[in-house]
Amino acid sequence: MSRKTLSLLSAFPIIFFASATHAEYQLNLQTPATPIAHEIYQLHNLILLVCLFIFIVVFGVMFYALYKHRKAVGHQAVQFHENTRLEIIWTIIPFFILIGMAYPTTKTIFAMRNAGHPDISIKVTGHQWMWEYEYISEGVRYLSSSSTPRDQIDNKADKGEHYLLEVDHPMVVPTGKKVRVLLTSTDVIHSWWLPQFGVKQDAIPGFIHEAWFQVEKPGTYRGQCAELCGVGHGFMPIVVEAMAPEEYSAWLARQKASTAEQAAASSRTFTLDELKAQGEKAFMANCAVCHQATGQGTAGVFPPLIDGAPFSAGKNMTDPLTERGFWKADKIVLGPKNRHLDIVMHGIPGTPMPGFSGQLSDVDIAAVISYERNSWGNHTGDVIQPAEVSALRKPAG
Amino acid sequence: MATSIPVHDSHELHPSGFLRWVTTTNHKDIGTLYLWFSFAMFLFAGALAMLIRTELFQPGLQFFQPMFFNQLTTMHGLIMIFGAIMPAFVGFANWLIPLMIGAPDMAFPRLNNWSFWLLPMAATLLLTSFFVPGGAVAGGWTMYPPLFIQGGAAYDMTIFAIHIMGISSIIGSINIITTIFNMRAPGMTLMKMPIFVWTWLITAFLLIAVMPVLASVVTMLLTDRHFGTSFFSAAGGGDPVMFQHIFWFFGHPEVYIMILPAFGILSTIIPTFSRKPLFGYHSMVYATASIAFLSFIVWAHHMFTVGMPVSSQLFFMYSTMLIAIPTGVKVFNWTATMWKGSITFETPMLFAIAVVCLFTIGGFSGLVLAIVPVDIQLQDTYYVVAHFHYVLFSGAAMSIMGGAYYWLPKWTGHMYDEKLGQWHFWLTTIAFNMTFFPMHFLGLAGMPRRIPDYALQFADFNRIISISGFVLGASQLLFLYTVIKCVRGGQPAGAKPWEGAETLEWTLPSPPPYHSFETAPAIK
Repeated sequence: MSRKTLSLLSAFPIIFFASATHAEYQLNLQTPATPIAHEIYQLHNLILLVCLFIFIVVFGVMFYALYKHRKAVGHQAVQFHENTRLEIIWTIIPFFILIGMAYPTTKTIFAMRNAGHPDISIKVTGHQWMWEYEYISEGVRYLSSSSTPRDQIDNKADKGEHYLLEVDHPMVVPTGKKVRVLLTSTDVIHSWWLPQFGVKQDAIPGFIHEAWFQVEKPGTYRGQCAELCGVGHGFMPIVVEAMAPEEYSAWLARQKASTAEQAAASSRTFTLDELKAQGEKAFMANCAVCHQATGQGTAGVFPPLIDGAPFSAGKNMTDPLTERGFWKADKIVLGPKNRHLDIVMHGIPGTPMPGFSGQLSDVDIAAVISYERNSWGNHTGDVIQPAEVSALRKPAG
Repeated sequence: MATSIPVHDSHELHPSGFLRWVTTTNHKDIGTLYLWFSFAMFLFAGALAMLIRTELFQPGLQFFQPMFFNQLTTMHGLIMIFGAIMPAFVGFANWLIPLMIGAPDMAFPRLNNWSFWLLPMAATLLLTSFFVPGGAVAGGWTMYPPLFIQGGAAYDMTIFAIHIMGISSIIGSINIITTIFNMRAPGMTLMKMPIFVWTWLITAFLLIAVMPVLASVVTMLLTDRHFGTSFFSAAGGGDPVMFQHIFWFFGHPEVYIMILPAFGILSTIIPTFSRKPLFGYHSMVYATASIAFLSFIVWAHHMFTVGMPVSSQLFFMYSTMLIAIPTGVKVFNWTATMWKGSITFETPMLFAIAVVCLFTIGGFSGLVLAIVPVDIQLQDTYYVVAHFHYVLFSGAAMSIMGGAYYWLPKWTGHMYDEKLGQWHFWLTTIAFNMTFFPMHFLGLAGMPRRIPDYALQFADFNRIISISGFVLGASQLLFLYTVIKCVRGGQPAGAKPWEGAETLEWTLPSPPPYHSFETAPAIK
């Protein structure tokens, strides 16, 4: 029986299907793409079948009694209770069933936790709300954030095929190699989950944990953050491209070259229009989740970025804003440029505002601030050059 | 009404109206207060769930921004657990334990009053937190730091609300334990107590053991937030995962706090309508005690993805699987109780049968989740949401409903409307399954929980879930109507409307006199 037929049988009145334009009723785990994911898939099927069997036996007996031993058919109650032999039997049998389940499971656990001798190690850092991938000892490091346009989320545009499961820069790995990921976070707990790999590992600030996978076939694999990490939790997808080792090497080489290019760009001088164009992209990817694409923020929580916009919040939010010259009498003020740089680079401790100096390039930081200071009714004309950002990085080391 | 029980009503000199309820020290009044309070919270938290399902009806952000959505899920969880389920069981305990053991009242009547009236204060703190800058807590009912550290004033209000509710639970438990140990009618030995009293005795010990742990861990959050400590911050030498260990050391026994009294209710209803004694009274008591003990050594199965050593994963997996054994004993016992009975299907029995089946589904999905590699796939997905609604809604909440129908005739003196009761049952059961069963598939297919928006392949199931969820929510208004109708009038229930009922409360008239068992009844 096909999966589709099964789902129709298991599902419900026809009206629910009437408007189903992309009917998809997947009933089981996603198609496994690694040896471990295969084991998990089998293990789940096994346990499910055992449970189903027990369920049918036990409730078969119960429903037999409900049907045959009704008062309505004149059944008289037989006043028996307690039977030591029966009670011992129904305590011991489940015990042996459990041992039968535990044995294959234990083997799989040892296999999935054996992350030793990897071919490649990638450091994965969770940020609110994007992932950072660093190819250890290759000098390649980049951010990976959702590339679903805001308009699709707000229902102003049709949703694409991979709505909420697409990123700007996916992780790239070679097939057939043991890839170890080392996970950590800079702010709150995230969880890096790739269903088809059978990998889900929390990324915990201050600690590094490991997981591993070995992808069998080239392809694009999609997952999501699995630990509630704030307002952007639903919007930090994970995409992994698996490709043949030769293609992977070529990709790595291109990546190294563009890293060098980026470094060179820091010393160039940009025009305001260039910065605004680049800044808009970086803003949408990094800032819009909280501050909104319109720069209006979220009342009471995330300040607007527009000069004169009304905003009130708790003192733990407004005090640091006042101190930096960005808030006065229930209104947002566009404070001085150097303070603006400081906030974007180092965040505001004690508030949800993170520092971006570790994640964004000099060009991106310069572009975002130039964009913010010249958009949505802000017309300062300020142009921030990447060189100013890199100058600020120096003292911090 | 003629009755052989000596009724002594000369103490009915108590204030009337509002003050009666504020100053009451009567276990029946306080039981009623608990039950109505929990019902109100149940409807409120249910309304939050309706809002959640409204947003999740289709992909995209339609009605709420993610910030508010996260507040909805968090508050739905907190209020259902601490405001609806737990107080409802305390309401049953207050009403029934003295009646079932032949005691005149609870051991500490004034403490009893206080433990109830703390709750509205805690609820006020929690509910008004929606209106402070930044809105209510949005970090999930599990309150994991560091996310929880980032929040505004509502987070502190929630911490204090939890403190207050914790005090209320501890006082209530001390009261219940003291009552059971000291006020049983002569001749009622521990092993002769009704099974409901046994389950509550064990639950009360669990509460005393773990509520202080919860209070401590939220206090640590508070000092991390405001007083510069770093219990849960690696930057200061702490560990965010330590929070999870302490929280779940509370949290897992908490799960059994919410289900053991439900087992007690089932074990009372099923023999009544099977017209047979409970098959294995002794093994039921031992199974309940084993579950309570095991509940202290399984906590880390909530955290298999944090990166604990293999040895810990194995230990917590094995200990979790062991819980299946005493739980199985219970299900087998209920089945054997029905076997060769003379079964009738009044509303309480319908609920009891449904709970046994549906709770078992929740038990099986719990077993699936105990299997570490499978849990790695399913942790923090809709599979988990399905699992805990099968144990908490179709386990705890539906037991509460069944228990309410069972004892409403005793409490009010009137029979409830059987037809409405059965409508409520079927609507609830069908809508419940159509709401939560598809969540298993969503979880398996890879939909994370606590997200305000989802990828397109999840859209179809979500639409079914939302529609069914609205039916489930609306059905509870029918429950409210049926209860009010029963309180206001109906066929007189008589002392014992259920042919097969055996416990002491049925020897009293319905409703029982304000003060009952002032002279202890004789126990055979």
